This record gives sequence, structure tokens and C-alpha cells, in this order.
Amino acid sequence: MKDFFTKKKKYATVPSAKARQDVPEGIVRKCPKCKKIMYVKELQKHLFVCQSCGYHYPISAQVRAEMLFDQNSYVEFDRNMVSLNPLQFPNYLNKLESDRKKTGLNEAVWTGKGMIEGYETAVAIMDKGFRMGSMGSVVGEKLTRLVEYADQNGLPVIIFSASGGARMQEGVLSLMQMAKTSAALKTFSKNGGLYISIMTHPTTGGVSASFASLGDYNFAEPGALIGFAGRRIIEQTIGEKLPEDFQTAEFLLKHGQLDQVIPRSELRNVLSRILSIHAAGGVEG
Amino acid sequence: MGPELDFEKPIFELQKKISELKTFMDEKGIDLSDELNHLQERLKDLEKETYGSMTPWERVRVARKLNRPTTLDYLPLLFTDFVECHGDRLYGDDPAIVAGIAKFHGRPVTVIGEQRGRDTKENIMRNYGMPHPEGYRKALRLMQQAEKFRRPIITFIDTKGAFPGKAAEERGQSEAIARNLFEMSWLSVPVICVVIGEGASGGALAIGVGNQILMLENSWYSVISPEGAAALLWKDAGKAEVAAKTMKITGSDLKKLGIIDKLIPEVLGGAHHDPGKQAEIIDQALIDSLKELSPLSAEQIRQQRLTKYRAIGDYETVQGNQSDQKGNNRDNKMR
Ligand SMILES: [Zn+2]
Repeated sequence: MKDFFTKKKKYATVPSAKARQDVPEGIVRKCPKCKKIMYVKELQKHLFVCQSCGYHYPISAQVRAEMLFDQNSYVEFDRNMVSLNPLQFPNYLNKLESDRKKTGLNEAVWTGKGMIEGYETAVAIMDKGFRMGSMGSVVGEKLTRLVEYADQNGLPVIIFSASGGARMQEGVLSLMQMAKTSAALKTFSKNGGLYISIMTHPTTGGVSASFASLGDYNFAEPGALIGFAGRRIIEQTIGEKLPEDFQTAEFLLKHGQLDQVIPRSELRNVLSRILSIHAAGGVEG
Repeated sequence: MGPELDFEKPIFELQKKISELKTFMDEKGIDLSDELNHLQERLKDLEKETYGSMTPWERVRVARKLNRPTTLDYLPLLFTDFVECHGDRLYGDDPAIVAGIAKFHGRPVTVIGEQRGRDTKENIMRNYGMPHPEGYRKALRLMQQAEKFRRPIITFIDTKGAFPGKAAEERGQSEAIARNLFEMSWLSVPVICVVIGEGASGGALAIGVGNQILMLENSWYSVISPEGAAALLWKDAGKAEVAAKTMKITGSDLKKLGIIDKLIPEVLGGAHHDPGKQAEIIDQALIDSLKELSPLSAEQIRQQRLTKYRAIGDYETVQGNQSDQKGNNRDNKMR
């Protein structure tokens, strides 16, 4: 998963989410998987998927939102919520500030609502550019509020995960966000709410071990790294080399952990089918 | 008292001196009881001083002592009629989690605890107390059974984490943990969780979503171990001692943060100095907690737990925005 780090740096030079979309013509990018060089403009047209090998580039929350929703149909919630540094962790607030500048986001998740093929949907999109997409108090609270909003308004919930796990700098409070988000989803589920989880690269640790695994439908993007423990820790613990495809979306599918691995180009189509099936309702209960 | 830790060294040295003096008195028939009394007084003071002001890292090391009482040590001291129940009915049985039914002061309860070994052989058998998905699924099976028969659930948390292994990932370690958080949140019987040793990350939380969270004085509970935190944050696992302080992982830290409900004191020097006495202290804490929860109806039990977790978080909304509510939760904890 070295690619993930090198690519992160490339994104890091772009100042804001908006700017990231307006990459000037003529700029090229080399596919980390097949090494083919492609125009960014061309990549953008193909939803940031390499047309030569199918590699799915990680994308920012803003780009994902543009890609997902019907045109001009979405609004953002809780944009200005920030962490209060509960542990008084040294340097944490500075790091948050620098990630804010880097990504144009206030935190590692975007939440809001919009239309997907005409279906109004509550959506959360994590952005791994912000503190590795880690979950602390703000991510947990924004997700919980989103689920509660969907519950009150009878909307389906879709969460795009992209996270290294719980946020270390908020310690046990980050850990407890796992319980908080899972509890909110349980209440939502009990009230008949539809939740679709879409795991993108990477979905690991405390995010994988909470809301990301709790969808009525669990999907993933091709090639996404998904798992609880890190590969290096597992290799050290069991003293053996792990197979190349270990903890990929395809590996999870094979082991019964996912409903489907869905290429980005087909996502809206699959989602609209699910939303239409659910909108039609069921038999009398 | 098991292998000594460096900070305990002066105590052990003084104990040795006292026993040498006693031997000398016996052998020579000389009365040096003034001297002996003096040394014994000094020992008492030293113990109080040393154990009364332990650093977070010292507590972590006490929590890890091989002879520290585990779930299986407390079980016969706290419960009667224990019947162990094995297996998740899906894949297998995980010896890293012990579960079953028992009576607590005559009252039926379900007991679930993480179980490490008390020696190398047992540690290998119990996978060092690091559960696989089948362990968490066994726990969930027993919790749902408790819900059916309306029994309170008491869990004992003591793990270095969910096992990071190949098979564990293949069988859905993440899903097993997530499922427990999801289902535990909605149980309508009282759930009391006691951190008795180590409480590392999702592997601890997976049996830790309770109406009340209790924690022994020399246990720790966090998002990651101090070593893990040091390696991740500062690329130096050697800074674990610093991380133990910075990450705020001890019982008193968590009490201050409003995450746990009760800090259970330990016998001087740690639970392993007197497991029987320690069990009595835990017993009283459990009696109190059950009593506090007993006036609540099934629905109130569920709501109390949901409200408790809903309130955890430390954030604020920085500037006006039509969709925002004021969200500083700092003074808003429902405890
Ligand atoms: Zn390619």
C-alpha cells in the first residue's frame, strides 16, 4: 500500500478541494499500478479510474460529492464543527489547522444530503487527506447527526468510508465514537432505515470495526484496502508473509464480507436500483 | 508477589532486609525487636509512598503482571453456580473469551470476560487473551440469550487487543466487533463492564458497551496500547512511557474525562497482592451498580445506555451556519 502514501503527497500540493477539481490542462499523472501516463483531464472524465488497468485513484470528498449527486442537488451539514482537543494533546490543533488548509475541509468527513438519480439521500464522505481520514469526536458527531437527520426525515443513508481508523490524538474519546456511531445506526435500523456502506481505499481499524461494516448492504471499490489490523502487524504477529491480495476488496468479497465490489463507473447505477427497490416498499408488516 | 518491577525494588530490598534480620535474631537468640519494628514501620511508609503515587506507566506494568487476577480468578470469588458456555455456533470456540451463566448474590446473571493465560502454557492456549471473531460472536450469542431470559450482563475487559491475524481477518474481525457495538447498544437488560487489566482498542470495546463502565485503579483503557501509540505518533515504541501519560489511559484519567462511571480502588500494591480482598471490593462495586440500575425499566435501561454514548465527544461549532446547532458537548455529558 505504498502507492497510497506517494499519491497523498501529490494531492497535498494542491491547496483546496475546489482547486483540486480545476487542475489545469496539460498536467499528467502516472498510474501507480500500471505506470501509464495519463492526462488529468482525461482521468477526470473517467471518474479518476485508470483506463488502462482499472486502478481507482483515491479522491477527495468534494470530488466524490460532485461525482455522486445529481447536478447542483446537494447541501452540506455541520461544516464548521471542530475538535476541542480533549486530551490537550501536544501540537494536535496545529495539525488540524494545517490539514484544514491542505484539504479545504474542517474535518475528515463531509456530511450532507442530495439527490441520487432523483432519490433524496443523506450522505457522508470521508476524506483521507485530512488526518488519514481518522475518526475523532467531530467525525463521530457529524456521522451521528447525519444518521439522526435521516431517521427523522425518512431518508436512506450512504457512508463512503476512507479512513486509517480511530484518531490517536483523541485517545479513548475516539474509541467511543465507534460505539456512538454504531448505536445511532442500530436505532436507525430499528426504525426501518436503509443504510448502504461503501468502503473505499483505505477502510481500516476502528472505522472498519464500526459503522463501515454495519450496512444493510456493504460494498467496496475495486482494490480498496479493508481490514481491522495492519498488514505489517499481522505479519510480525504470525511470522509469515501475507498474500498479495490480502485485505483487498476482492479478498473480502471472497471471504463473504461484502455484497459486491462495484467499479466507480457503475456505482450510481447500482445505488439507484437499490434506492428504487427500497422506495417501492415491502409487504404489509 | 511475582517478578518485581524496577519502581518496586526498594520495597523488595527492605522486605529482604527484614527477613534477614528475623533469621539473624532467631539464630543468635538476640532481641533486636526495636530495630525490627523500626524497619517494618519504614516498609509500611515506603509501600504507601510507592504504591500511592504510581505513574501511568507503572500502572500499565502492574496491569500486565502475570500473577494479576484474571476473569477466571474472579469468577469463583464473585459468583456461584457458574456454567460455562462455549462456541459461537458458526465457526468455533475462542478460549480468549470465557462466557457463561451464574448467580451473583443469588441473582441470575450472564458473565463474559476476556481471558489471558496465567503462565506461558495457558497463554498459548488462550492466545494471550486476544480474541478472534468467534470469541466476540460467542459473547454476542450469550448477550442475546441474556436479553431473552432478562438477566443482567457483567463483562470483564482484559485484552491487549483483538487478535491481529490472518484467519481473524478472513473471518471478519471488523464485522464481529462492529456487530457487538451495534447490538449491545440496544440491549434492554443492565450491562456492567469492568476493566480489570488491559483494555486495548476495539478488542476491549467489543464487550464494553455498557450502562456503567467500572475500572480498576491499575488498569488501562484506550484506543491503542502505549507502545502502539508511541510507534504511530512518534515512530518510537520506546516512548511508551510518555505515551502512557499523554494518551490519558488510566482509570483516574478516564474518570476525569467522563468516560467511566466508577474507579474501583485496588489493594495496596495492586490486585495481585490480595485477590480475595480485591474481589470483595469489586463485589461491592457490582452490588452498588446493579442497585443503581434496578429502578429502571427495560426501555429506560436501553435509553440510559444510548444517551450515555450519544453524549461522548469534545467538539464545537466555530462560526454561524444555518444548518449548525451549538454543539459543545463538554458540559453536556450524561453520567
Ligand atoms: Zn493503470
